[in-house]
Amino acid sequence: MNARLLRTLAIAYGFMLPMLALKAVYTFWPILFGTYLAFTEYNIISPPRWVGLRNFEELFGLGAFAGRGPDRDFWYGLTNSVKYVLVVPVIQILSIGLAMLVNRQLPAISLFRTAYYVPVVTSFAVVGLMWNWMYNQYGPVNFILTRLGLMNPDNPTNLLANPHLALYAVMFVTIWKGLGYYMVLYLAGLQSIDKSLEEAAVIDGAGRWQVFWNITLPGLRPTILVCSLLSTISAIKVFEEIFVMTSGGPAGSTYTAMYFVYAQAFQDFRYGYAAAAGLVIAAVSLIFGVINFRLTRGGSSS
Amino acid sequence: MRQEVAGLSKAAGAGRLRRPRWRRLVARVLNYALLLAIFAFAVFPFLWTLAIAITDKTVVGGTSIYAFPQSLFPKALTLGNFLEVVEKLNLGKYFLNSVVITGLTVLGTLLVSALAAYPLARMSFPGRNLIFGAVVSTLVLPTEIAFIVNVLTLRDLGLLGTYLGVVLPTVATAFGIFLMRQAYLAIPSTLMEAARIDGATEAQILWRVMVPLSLPSLTALGIFTLVGTWNAYFWPSVALLTNDDLLPMSVAILKLKGQFNYDSFNVAAGAMIMMIPVLVVFLLAQRFFMRGTEGAVKG
Repeated sequence: MNARLLRTLAIAYGFMLPMLALKAVYTFWPILFGTYLAFTEYNIISPPRWVGLRNFEELFGLGAFAGRGPDRDFWYGLTNSVKYVLVVPVIQILSIGLAMLVNRQLPAISLFRTAYYVPVVTSFAVVGLMWNWMYNQYGPVNFILTRLGLMNPDNPTNLLANPHLALYAVMFVTIWKGLGYYMVLYLAGLQSIDKSLEEAAVIDGAGRWQVFWNITLPGLRPTILVCSLLSTISAIKVFEEIFVMTSGGPAGSTYTAMYFVYAQAFQDFRYGYAAAAGLVIAAVSLIFGVINFRLTRGGSSS
Repeated sequence: MRQEVAGLSKAAGAGRLRRPRWRRLVARVLNYALLLAIFAFAVFPFLWTLAIAITDKTVVGGTSIYAFPQSLFPKALTLGNFLEVVEKLNLGKYFLNSVVITGLTVLGTLLVSALAAYPLARMSFPGRNLIFGAVVSTLVLPTEIAFIVNVLTLRDLGLLGTYLGVVLPTVATAFGIFLMRQAYLAIPSTLMEAARIDGATEAQILWRVMVPLSLPSLTALGIFTLVGTWNAYFWPSVALLTNDDLLPMSVAILKLKGQFNYDSFNVAAGAMIMMIPVLVVFLLAQRFFMRGTEGAVKG
């Protein structure tokens, strides 16, 4: 090894040292140690004890836990997290529409774009406060619902207190908060589509709908892949909006998979079991990621 | 041939424009009606919260925040709710916590990313691709369990419940390293070579050439980090579970709801204090958000 190479190595790794140290301690170590914890029993007080696959058996109701069946709370949470994926197609369709709406040269259009983005830069804490008011028994949401005849005006009920609707009410807030974010991404996608293609289609006598279906949508495919991937993963891992709006209630109807992980770790102090559940959630989001990839044909625009 | 097509295109374009004037007018009006309806949907909760925050609740006859549309147009205005919430809840303390945590996180992220991205972008050395691959892989690795282990690590390091404990795990992000690497890659190598010929060291090239030329990217990274950290709820609430005194506003504000016995006027004022700094930053720097860089790189 010559001195020059050594010097380059020293400089390069010197510059990267803070990043490498932080990544090693706070990103890679948690993945390794967390995976190990998933196969142990650990409550902080005594050191982790290796239990093999027992945590997973308990989650799935196999082996020693075959008689008891799968962990009800976990499956309930996971089902809700999977239901939350309903948000993905809705938010993609709405934000593509929104992006097309604001992708025009109209006076004051940038004002509208900015306003639509404001919910994105708002903390979930504030969002939770505001939407708890919005959904109040006598709040604006019920004000509109009763006027539309969708709710009995004599006895309005808070949607967040309704076990059948609370999850959908929280999903609505997720959509409200996320629309602007995806709008901006789709706006960038729209502006990268070759204008001459659309013009050529118009010359060939294509209607608006045909242009959208045959030119615009295929052109957006890479963006759709990125956006639906981002939104699917955050749907499976949904936690913050639940935590600030319903805390998993009423009657556990908004309990999600990540809520289970949080509760196992910081309320029941079953770190090993929580880690095992976390790994299962990671696997589920990976499966949904692959489905996404397939559905958008790998995001290739041809 | 090509000219013919171009001519056709023009004719077709003109044909589209030649729709009757009244139809264009109607289309335009409908457009704006839709834009305004979505505008109302997006900002109504904010306007209402603002109206509640500045309502004088001491006014005779009682005030309900749920009386529509009166509660949107308060009869008597006051800043009393703001003073009350700051005084009674000691909101200043939590505001300061947010400032410290956000400041440290922004500085840390800029420093770590600006340093690490340089060798990854402009130096060739063994292990470069491996490290870059590892950083990229953190975007897909299972991070669902990371927060559990990070709490354990911070406890072992004696950092649980400190400012540093909240900040350190969040500063080395794949996003930041990506963004700065892209910025450095765009700088012409002739500039670096010229500096080398003049005898500049790598550190000098980074500090005198690369950093000044990537200010737009550094600014964007700083602003995204600022907004994200100021608003962050989950991680600070976990990392500061054992030390209420250092909680940032985002976490404190929800506790405030309970402590005030649901005095909505004070809570709304608190929410406003929490929101305004980030809103100002966003409005001043909106072009960075509207470019869509964040998602493009994240994805």
